[in-house]
Amino acid sequence: MPEANVLPEATTTDGALLVLAIVLPAAGILLSFLLGGRYVERIASVLLPSGFFLATIIFADVWQSGQRLIYIVGDWKPPLGIALRADGLSAAMMVAMAVVICAVAVFAHADFDTRGGSVETRAPFAFWILLMAIWGAMNMVFLGGDLFTLYVAIELLTFAAVPLVCLDGRAETLQAALRYLLFALLGSILYLVGTALLYGSYATLDIVLLSRRLHMEPATLVAATLMTTGLFAKTALFPLHLWLPPAHAGAPAAASAVLSAVVVKGSFFILVRLWFDVMPAMPGPAGAQLFGALGAAAIVFGSVVALRQQRLKLLIAYSTVAQIGYLFLMFPLAFDTVSAQLQSSGALTGGMLQAISHATAKAAMFMAAGLIYVALGHDRIAELGGVARALPMTVFAFALGGVSLIGLPPSGGFLAKWILLEATVATGQWWWAIVMLAGGLFTSGYMFIVLSRAVAPSSELLKLRIDVPRYQEAAALALALTSLLLGLVALGPVDIFQIGRPESTMVGLR
Amino acid sequence: MNAATLFGLSGAALVGIGLYGLVTNPEPLRKILAFNLLGSGVFLVFGVVSRRAAASGLGGDPVPQAMVITAIVVAFAATAMAIALVLRLLQETGRPTLSADNSGGTDTVRGNS
Repeated sequence: MPEANVLPEATTTDGALLVLAIVLPAAGILLSFLLGGRYVERIASVLLPSGFFLATIIFADVWQSGQRLIYIVGDWKPPLGIALRADGLSAAMMVAMAVVICAVAVFAHADFDTRGGSVETRAPFAFWILLMAIWGAMNMVFLGGDLFTLYVAIELLTFAAVPLVCLDGRAETLQAALRYLLFALLGSILYLVGTALLYGSYATLDIVLLSRRLHMEPATLVAATLMTTGLFAKTALFPLHLWLPPAHAGAPAAASAVLSAVVVKGSFFILVRLWFDVMPAMPGPAGAQLFGALGAAAIVFGSVVALRQQRLKLLIAYSTVAQIGYLFLMFPLAFDTVSAQLQSSGALTGGMLQAISHATAKAAMFMAAGLIYVALGHDRIAELGGVARALPMTVFAFALGGVSLIGLPPSGGFLAKWILLEATVATGQWWWAIVMLAGGLFTSGYMFIVLSRAVAPSSELLKLRIDVPRYQEAAALALALTSLLLGLVALGPVDIFQIGRPESTMVGLR
Repeated sequence: MNAATLFGLSGAALVGIGLYGLVTNPEPLRKILAFNLLGSGVFLVFGVVSRRAAASGLGGDPVPQAMVITAIVVAFAATAMAIALVLRLLQETGRPTLSADNSGGTDTVRGNS
C-alpha cells in the first residue's frame, strides 16, 4: 500500500503506558472476581489512584514531547493491526476523568463500603467493579486508534454504565436502565453499520489512514450520518435525550456522578474523533450548522425543563441535557468556510474545556445533591429551606459547581464559554453567541431557584436524618474547586488539546 | 444479480425491518428481538464487505470476519443484559413494560416533560 511509506508510525518510548492504562482496570476486575467481594474496594482503592498517576505520566509525556504517544499492538501495523494513540485530547481527558473517578471513589466509600468485615453484598461489589470497568472503557475510548476499537470501547462503557443506573433494584430504576440500554443499543448498532460501510469503501478503519483515503461519496455520507446519529443517541443530545433524566436522577449519588460526568463524554469524544480527525471536510457548512442547531435546542429545552423541576436530582439531570448542548456548539464554530473543513482551532479547545469543566462541576453537584438527599430524606427543592445552615460545605460545593456551569470567572466553564464566544466573533456567527448567553441566564435561573431555597431560613430547626461524613463533603468540594480553578489553565504556556493534531496530514480531501 | 449484491440487499432489508420494529414496538422483549434482527442485518453486511475483497484473489477478507465475530459477541452480551433487566422488571412489577404510568413504584422519579 502506498500509505505504508508515508506512515512512519512505530511504538514510541513509553508507548507501553497506553496498554497499561487499559490492562490495569481489566486486571483489577478479574482480580475482584477472584478474591471476592470483601477485597474489591481495596483493589479499587489501589488501582484507581495508580490510574490517575498513570494518566498524569502520559499527560506529562505528551506535554513535554509535544508529540503523540503511539503503541502498535503486537507490532502489527495498521491497516491490519491496531494502534493505540494518545494525543493532547486523549491525555487531557484521561487526567480529567481519572480525577473525577478518584473523587467518586472517595465519595462512594460511605455508600458502598466492603471493608470492615461486613457481609458481602451485591450492590457494593457491583459498584466497584463497574467503576473500574468505566475507567478502563474510557481509557480505551481515549486511546483507541481505529473506529472498531472505539466501537468495542463504547459498548464496554455502555455495559458498565447501565447496571450502575439500577444498583438499588427499584422498579423505576430498572425501567430507566432498560430504556437507557435500548437507546444505547440502537446507537451502537447504527455506529456499527457505519463502520461496515466505511470498511467496505476504504478497507481500513484506522483513524489516520482513513482520514487520508476518505472522500465524498454516498457510502461515506450514509456511514457518517448513521454513526453520528448513533453517537447522538448515546450522548443524549436533544431530541435523543429521553433516557437520560430518569437514568441519571434515579441512580445512587455516586453512580449519577459517574454517569453524568464521565459516561456521556465517552460517546462525545468518539464524535470529536470522527469529525475532527477522520472526516473534517465531511459535514459541510450545513452539517456543522445542524450540529450547532441541535446543541442550541438542547440548551434551551434542557434549561427550560430544568427550571420547572421540583426534584433536585432531576433538575441536575436536565441541566446535563442542556450542558451537553454547549459541547455541540463547537462544531459550527470550528468550521472554517475557506478550507471547508473543521479546523482544530480555538473552538475545539473551548469545547473540550467545556467537557472537562462540566464533568468536574456536574459530578460535584450530583454528590452534593446525594448528600442533601440522605441528610433530609428527600430532594424536593421547595422544602430545602435551612439546608445551607445544616450542610454548609455541601451547599457551597453545589454553588461552586453552579458557578462553573453558569460560566463565571475564573471557572473552567467561564474559560470554555469565553473561547467559544471568541470563536463566534471571529467567524461572524453571532447567533450562537445569543444561544450561549441565553443558556447562561437560564443556568443562573435554576441555580438561583435552588440556592435561594437552600439559604432561606427554615421555620423550624432542620433535623438531619443522619450525619453526613465529612470526607464525602470534601470530595464534592474538591471537585467543585477543581472545576472553579480550571479556568487558570489559560495561563499555561501550551494548548494541550492541540498537541498531536493531524493537521499537517490533511491533504487532498476531494 | 450476483451473490454479494443479493446478500447485501438482504442485509439492508433486515436492518430496515429491525429498525422499524425497534422504533415502533412498545414491548421491551419485542424491541430486543428487533435489535437482534437489526444486528443480523449488520453482520450480513459485514459478510458482504468481506466477500467483496475476494476479487483480489483471497477467499475473503479476514478483517471484517474478525470484526463480525467481536460484534456478535457484543450483541449477545447486550441481549443477555437486556433480557436480565426485563426479567428483573417482571419480578419487581409483574409486567415488563417501559411506560411509567402503570409501574408499581410509588416514589417514581419522573420528568415533567
